Amino acid sequence: MIERLSILIVEDNAADRMLLSAIVSRQGHRALTASNGLEAVALFDRERPHLVLMDALMPVMDGFEAARRIKQAAGEALVPIIFLTSLTEGEALVRCLEAGGDDFLAKPYNRVILEAKINAMDRLRRLQETVLQQRDLIGQHNEYLLNEQRVAKAVFDKVAHSGCLDAPNIRYVQSPFAVFNGDLLLAAYKPSGGMHVLLGDFTGHGLPAAIGAMPLAEVFYGMTAKGYSLTDVLREVNAKLRHILPRGVFCCATLLNVSFQRQAVEVWNGGLPNGYLLRVNGERVPLVSRHLPLGVLEPAAFNDACEVYPVSLGDRVFLFSDGVLEAGNKQAQLFGEQRLLSVFADNQKPQALFDEIQQALLQFSGDQQDDVSLLEVSLVEDGQVKRPPLTFSDNGHNHLLDWSATFEFRGETLRYFNPLPFLLHLLLEVQGLRPQGAALFTVLAELYSNALEHGVLGLESSLKANAEGFADYYRQRSDRLAHLTDGFVRFHLRLLPEGGGGRLRLRVEDSGAGFDPQLLLPQPDDALRLSGRGLALVRQLSERCQWGDGEPGVCVEFSWKAGA
Amino acid sequence: MSDIHIDSAVLAALQDVMEDEYPVLLDTFLVDSEERLLLLRQAQQEADAQNLRLAAHSFKGSCSNMGANMLAGLCKQLEEVGQREQLDLAAELIEQVEREFAIVRILFKSERQRYRH
Repeated sequence: MIERLSILIVEDNAADRMLLSAIVSRQGHRALTASNGLEAVALFDRERPHLVLMDALMPVMDGFEAARRIKQAAGEALVPIIFLTSLTEGEALVRCLEAGGDDFLAKPYNRVILEAKINAMDRLRRLQETVLQQRDLIGQHNEYLLNEQRVAKAVFDKVAHSGCLDAPNIRYVQSPFAVFNGDLLLAAYKPSGGMHVLLGDFTGHGLPAAIGAMPLAEVFYGMTAKGYSLTDVLREVNAKLRHILPRGVFCCATLLNVSFQRQAVEVWNGGLPNGYLLRVNGERVPLVSRHLPLGVLEPAAFNDACEVYPVSLGDRVFLFSDGVLEAGNKQAQLFGEQRLLSVFADNQKPQALFDEIQQALLQFSGDQQDDVSLLEVSLVEDGQVKRPPLTFSDNGHNHLLDWSATFEFRGETLRYFNPLPFLLHLLLEVQGLRPQGAALFTVLAELYSNALEHGVLGLESSLKANAEGFADYYRQRSDRLAHLTDGFVRFHLRLLPEGGGGRLRLRVEDSGAGFDPQLLLPQPDDALRLSGRGLALVRQLSERCQWGDGEPGVCVEFSWKAGA
Repeated sequence: MSDIHIDSAVLAALQDVMEDEYPVLLDTFLVDSEERLLLLRQAQQEADAQNLRLAAHSFKGSCSNMGANMLAGLCKQLEEVGQREQLDLAAELIEQVEREFAIVRILFKSERQRYRH
């Protein structure tokens, strides 16, 4: 059953007008009548009928002009006009169409044909109405979506860009809307010096791809700032993503732990293309994906094993998102790893390499690609990287000044638990120590790794004298740690008020054969680089550093003055 | 009724569509046609071929709707005369139109009478 339409009949001949009016009314529609074009236009403006039956030749204003005006007044809505005519010349019919007519009805009128034409025109009219509604709806949805993306991007930028991508040893290229391609680039200073870097690539596009970036960035920054290790961060990120993301959404990622003091880079690659460690001497070490992406495996099945590479000043790590290798050109070819490696091979000036890769991509694909993320991290002197002070979120009214505590972490605990974030958190409740937080954490980290690696695990630091030994050292470290059942590391913390300020005495001892003071003596550069550098640092950063004076282990002190 | 002048099938269809309004339609046609005839005469006297053509075209349309086929045919010839600007042929044709309309009028009047009873 067709809905009731209002139909405007424009006809100068009274009998014909009457006849049409009767036909249309009997079909259940409402008939409006006009006897010339001018009346018709006025009536159209007033009544907005759905459809017009229009005689062509009329006095005052003919049907052609009236049709033009009605079509104009109707705007985007389709108001079908059926010309009533006994005109037969082709030219006259063309004029009807040019004036905006949609169909013809010849005299004498045939009821059945008129009804069929009205129905056909009504279908067209409704189709157009639907198209317009859907267009407006799509427009609204699109506006809504863009707005959501703007808000999401603003929030995301706040979260993701709170890190240190602007550090002098980092160069990167990333589209401002990369997050909606699922690309993610994060870098953060560790409290012990050095930095954690992450290049991630979520599956999918748009908001679903961006949504996982927020919790990932939160975990990455939060845990890095609290002193957690790269493997702690990896485990937490994987567990969190696995828990919150729907099946099929995950994050291919490479994480780096860059240690300027230890001159080592730890790498974990899950599903991203090969990165490269490019040494100053030109040697190129591929950083291969050895894991499933983050968010795929259950926590128990997740493998956090990293590869550790010794590095020297000027060595660089390059990381690439999928978009680099998959950048396409007009011939639908992909940029691919071969082209990327030949850019490496052709490079003359090391500093130009990063730009050369970008240029090669641009030349190949012809325009900027939205999903290309590219990162270069250089190993520089520790002092060249300026770390911002640690930030705190409490109310600043803590006065924990007079206490002491001893912690002993034993065998199995040492296998799984990293005590450093816990200790740092405790110590930084003391406001006076906060300005020295970074130095304190560096010292704590060095003393702990010395106690664990040499004391508890019995590793020989002389192993690290060359690159093979270096790798061997870290292999043995993880083997022995995995099977650790005995031994301990003890932290003795003692806080003393002192002339309005205060003093921290921190002693670290372990179950091993004893601390080797030889490591603290001045050593030649080479040895320094691969082994005892950390302990030299302890001496440099702490106010006093003692060992072997009757108490086991190493004792360091930090003090602060009133009002600090 | 003579089918040469008026198509009785068309009249039956009109009666079906118009129902009670059928006699009004017949009256309206007759009144309207008198007016068209005047316009035809006037155009011929003023030797206005364009108006002659328009008036004949419009008359033709309503005649065909009312089933007055012979009258519609004469109007068609008159329309063509107007289009070709052969005004010398117009007077003779208009007379034929008037004669035919006189017959049609009688037939419609009687149809109207018949319907009333």
